[in-house]
Amino acid sequence: MHVLIVGCGRVGSGLARDLVTQGFDVAIIDESPEAFHLLGDDFPGEFVVGRALDWEVLREAGIERAVAFVACTDGDNTNIVIAQIAQKKYGIRCVVARVYDPLRAELFAQVGIRTVCPTRDVRVSLFDAVRACQIPLPDQEG
Amino acid sequence: MFVLIIGGGKVGLNTARQLLRLGHEIALVEQRKTRYDIIADLLGEDALVFGDGAEIWVLEKAGIGRADMVVAVTGDDEDNIIISQVAKLKFGVPKVVARVNNPFNQPTFDLLGVENTVCATTAMLNLIMHELPTHKFVHLLSLKREKVEVVELEVGENSPFAHTYVQDIDLPGGVLLAAIVRAGHALVARGSTEILPGDYVLCLLPPGKEKDLIKVFLPEEEPERVQFESELDTSEG
Repeated sequence: MHVLIVGCGRVGSGLARDLVTQGFDVAIIDESPEAFHLLGDDFPGEFVVGRALDWEVLREAGIERAVAFVACTDGDNTNIVIAQIAQKKYGIRCVVARVYDPLRAELFAQVGIRTVCPTRDVRVSLFDAVRACQIPLPDQEG
Repeated sequence: MFVLIIGGGKVGLNTARQLLRLGHEIALVEQRKTRYDIIADLLGEDALVFGDGAEIWVLEKAGIGRADMVVAVTGDDEDNIIISQVAKLKFGVPKVVARVNNPFNQPTFDLLGVENTVCATTAMLNLIMHELPTHKFVHLLSLKREKVEVVELEVGENSPFAHTYVQDIDLPGGVLLAAIVRAGHALVARGSTEILPGDYVLCLLPPGKEKDLIKVFLPEEEPERVQFESELDTSEG
């Protein structure tokens, strides 16, 4: 089962390793050849250097046989665009994209991309963490 | 008409000026402070919005909700695609025009339904091909939504169509011979017009018919060699 990830930062590289551990066959694309180091020397998957908007690079990384596609470059718009290429050009049903902006995350979820919004998620986590301290609630009068 | 322009580079600024001159209402969004200040000096600040035009709240602040047209002309193709999609999907803007910076990204614009695109590099290259005497077949214009291509072909001495009348020419289905350029002047192609060596003919045709047309019009040429396609450098900038 082939999974293609675009963006080999902290998140992308960590996800690649997690998926490999689960038995997936993983390819990961990044513009920077140096990004490879984040994967570690023992990474058994494939690392491809190139621009994600380049369909040739996507094909080289095996997009045609991928069952899932993850877009986690540092650009929201890049992630949304390449997620739609995976969806529309290559017919991948499981397309996941990181989108920092909550408004765009919500809008493009409507066209079938599974958007993950760190901004919204972290905000909820931070709020819960504050609540977990069990500090006294302000009284309703303010 | 109220036109919202995203990106205040040379293209955006000149579009804004021209539309203002023609009496339209505009708003221009620019995110680089130094560029914003330059434009503010030229156009005043009334129609200017400072911010990232790919952000939905910035577009709202700029009035996208009542825009008759959105023009996405930033220097970033991903941004132009997303702005166009947001304008259509979220705000139902009736007309959207987007700039393609890198011709290599044209298929992505097409795939994602951004139909009205302009690519300066491709336009310039087509013009150069048009001016180069060695190119007997030149792509002049593509109207994507309308699915029409406009091409120009050279009529050589040995062309099967030299010294024939337009009405006697058997063109591939869907191809219309629209005009003849003779000595720098365009003539409307009527059935009774005779085509002469040295003429250039302008044809309208559906996309994908180029090769069929070349086969009948330029039978001595190999279509692969004649046909110009946008196989350009993939690097940015």
